[in-house]
Amino acid sequence: MDDSRRDFLKKASIASLGIAALPVLSAGVRAVSGHGAATDSIQWGMVIDVQKCDNKALADAAQKACHTEHNVPAVPADLKDEEIKWIWTEAFQNVFPEQAHARMAHKLHDKQVVVLCNHCDRPSCVRVCPTKATWKRKSDGIVMMDMHRCIGCRFCMAACPFGARSFNYSDPRKFMDTEKPANTLYPTRSMGVVEKCTFCADRIREGRQPACVEAANAIVPGAMVFGNVNDPESEIYKYLTENHTLVRQLNLGTGPNVYYKL
Amino acid sequence: MSDKGKIFLGLIVFIVAVTYPMWGGVFAKTPAPDVQLPDGKCIESRDYMVANHMNMLDEWRDKFVREGEEIYIASDGTEHAISLTKTCMKSGCHDNKTEFCDKCHTYADVDPYCWDCHVAPDQVAPKGGN
Amino acid sequence: MLDHVFRGSKKYWAFIGLLLAVIGAGVFAYSFQLRDGLTVTGMSRDVSWGFYIAQFTFMVGVAAAAVMVVIPYYLHDYKAFGKMVIMAEFLAVPAVLVCMLFIAADMGQPMRMLNVMLHPTPNSVMFFDMTVLFGYLGINLIVGCISLDCERKGVHYPGWLKFFIFLSVPWAVSIHTVTAFLYAGLEARPFWMTAILAPRFLASAFAAGPSLLIILSFIVRKVSRFDPGEQAIKTLSTVVTYAMCLNIFFVGLEIFTVFYADMPHHMEPFIYMFKGLEHHGETYNNLVPFMWFGQILGVIAAIFLVIPSTRKNFTLLPFLCGAVILALWLEKGLGMVLAGFIPSPLLHITEYVPTAIELAVTIGIYAIGALTLTVLYKIIIGVREHGLPSAERQ
Repeated sequence: MDDSRRDFLKKASIASLGIAALPVLSAGVRAVSGHGAATDSIQWGMVIDVQKCDNKALADAAQKACHTEHNVPAVPADLKDEEIKWIWTEAFQNVFPEQAHARMAHKLHDKQVVVLCNHCDRPSCVRVCPTKATWKRKSDGIVMMDMHRCIGCRFCMAACPFGARSFNYSDPRKFMDTEKPANTLYPTRSMGVVEKCTFCADRIREGRQPACVEAANAIVPGAMVFGNVNDPESEIYKYLTENHTLVRQLNLGTGPNVYYKL
Repeated sequence: MSDKGKIFLGLIVFIVAVTYPMWGGVFAKTPAPDVQLPDGKCIESRDYMVANHMNMLDEWRDKFVREGEEIYIASDGTEHAISLTKTCMKSGCHDNKTEFCDKCHTYADVDPYCWDCHVAPDQVAPKGGN
Repeated sequence: MLDHVFRGSKKYWAFIGLLLAVIGAGVFAYSFQLRDGLTVTGMSRDVSWGFYIAQFTFMVGVAAAAVMVVIPYYLHDYKAFGKMVIMAEFLAVPAVLVCMLFIAADMGQPMRMLNVMLHPTPNSVMFFDMTVLFGYLGINLIVGCISLDCERKGVHYPGWLKFFIFLSVPWAVSIHTVTAFLYAGLEARPFWMTAILAPRFLASAFAAGPSLLIILSFIVRKVSRFDPGEQAIKTLSTVVTYAMCLNIFFVGLEIFTVFYADMPHHMEPFIYMFKGLEHHGETYNNLVPFMWFGQILGVIAAIFLVIPSTRKNFTLLPFLCGAVILALWLEKGLGMVLAGFIPSPLLHITEYVPTAIELAVTIGIYAIGALTLTVLYKIIIGVREHGLPSAERQ
């Protein structure tokens, strides 16, 4: 089903049936088009090789690359509960609770898995945001943030099933080296807004790979694959068709675009 | 009514208080700021920029962040990257926030929150410094 | 009508002064939050909503409860509520005001609150919530003020007001339903994602709101010569009884579904509330005493309300109503909001404890509500006492 028809149907449903009908209708559309089918539109996605990325040096390098580039503040240990994280690691059983059964091989059970925003097809955070401060970019499927717009209601944090969003409980500049952001060409955030991974929208614009992917692959080649999951010619498309991969919380229907190869 | 005087007095105090920002400046003569303009030409005329820079920046941020537009075409046809730090405040242009932005903003008593997030070039240590 | 506000006894002015002092303390506490950010609260990355949103949720219910007086009076012509109905409407006004203030206090960027209106987003429940709250505030102000003014002049209220009165009925239901949808629409939080949440909210609202109204009636009877009427209080206590029993039933439904189906993610928040969760060798059970206290208190209050002799006992009734309010505040304000975050989507447990600043801001906001309520009730009392023979100024 092409975009304009889908759009029209969505609008018609809002007009005639009210918002309650919207999820019902879009579910119908989904069944027709099917998740994962190739289309003309771009949808950036990422594969994380769990075995290759279970490597502290790699995970640290990926996080450092990201957090330096985006001036993500290093919140001190006494405020650990208010941490800001764009990309980090969690134990396998916390990332895939539905997969981690009691008799699972220990080597998998305790693996540290890299996690970040999934840039979902139907993101819960976008659905609940009252100001359109977060939205799914039509041009390439990135779930964006507008830091000028965010009112800091934290509805998106309650809605995200992946814990991908962080709130600036304090002024982030307090936690930056000598009050000097690491990357002077990238803005910091102000106090009281929510932030998260942007799939390095600024790098993608310049045709580059995201910072974490670049850093990870420099340590272990092939640890992460990034590309347009809708393009049958892309590396990631082929990777996904040839390898068995998982996504987090598939049953919730948000349609994550970060895939995990076990 | 005996309260007439009180009511009038109250009204006068109220009017004086709420209109103070409009005429308060009459007594406090602050000299107009002497802003150092960089050599060369801005993307639009000086007068236009003085009057409209805030609207332009406001439009820019929606264009760049929300609509993905990256290029601004000026009225003379030249193209400029839509960016506060990479265009307006690049080296050789308005790279000195203290001398340029702040002077007028302080005079006009406005406090835009651009630099809560964006980094002004003159407010960080130069590259290679500490 | 406003003149009544400025004429009062020494006690009245002392009470106003006390409220202003508490408000001042709240504003002072809030100034720290405004300067340093929400880090001054007990909230965290994992528990991203706390005390403010909990109070908001509870007070939306109190606001919605006016409908329990409006329906019998206007739709069924139940005359006993004649003197009570304006009190219910004027309780709704400060209740909504308090809700809005709690939302504002919870915002990371309160100066940008208007963005919700500038960039309307119909798919966000929060946008709807803000819209219906503003609407409800307006409706109750219009209906309350105009009907009271007409009563003062001794004329019948204008016909067009009926429209707003009828509108207030579904509107009251909508404000609390939409508030429940804030939670129930989140697939990330199994504890909240239940269709019974809106009915549960309404049942608890129709117990807590009328309870507060009963207590206020007793206070009004005590401090003024205006009497909302014994029969009105009795009928209202029946409403509280039914609603409280329904609420207990709804909570029971929830517990049956969750524990009979035996699904870990659905059970964990309940276990956290009533037993505490073990996690990596540590026990997390901050809420346990509060939850048990609330549930036991609620059941005891319900039993005494069901028994006619204790319900009709006017010495006991205000305490039963107080117990209902406290029990529901613990269940729906504290427990419902906080347990939804436990465990986090990444299965971590972070406990939440409100800070002194949060408590001071909360008390300050309630004081603003109490001040508004006092002023509005002073007008009601003034108008009503004026109508009484040989009026003696209060």
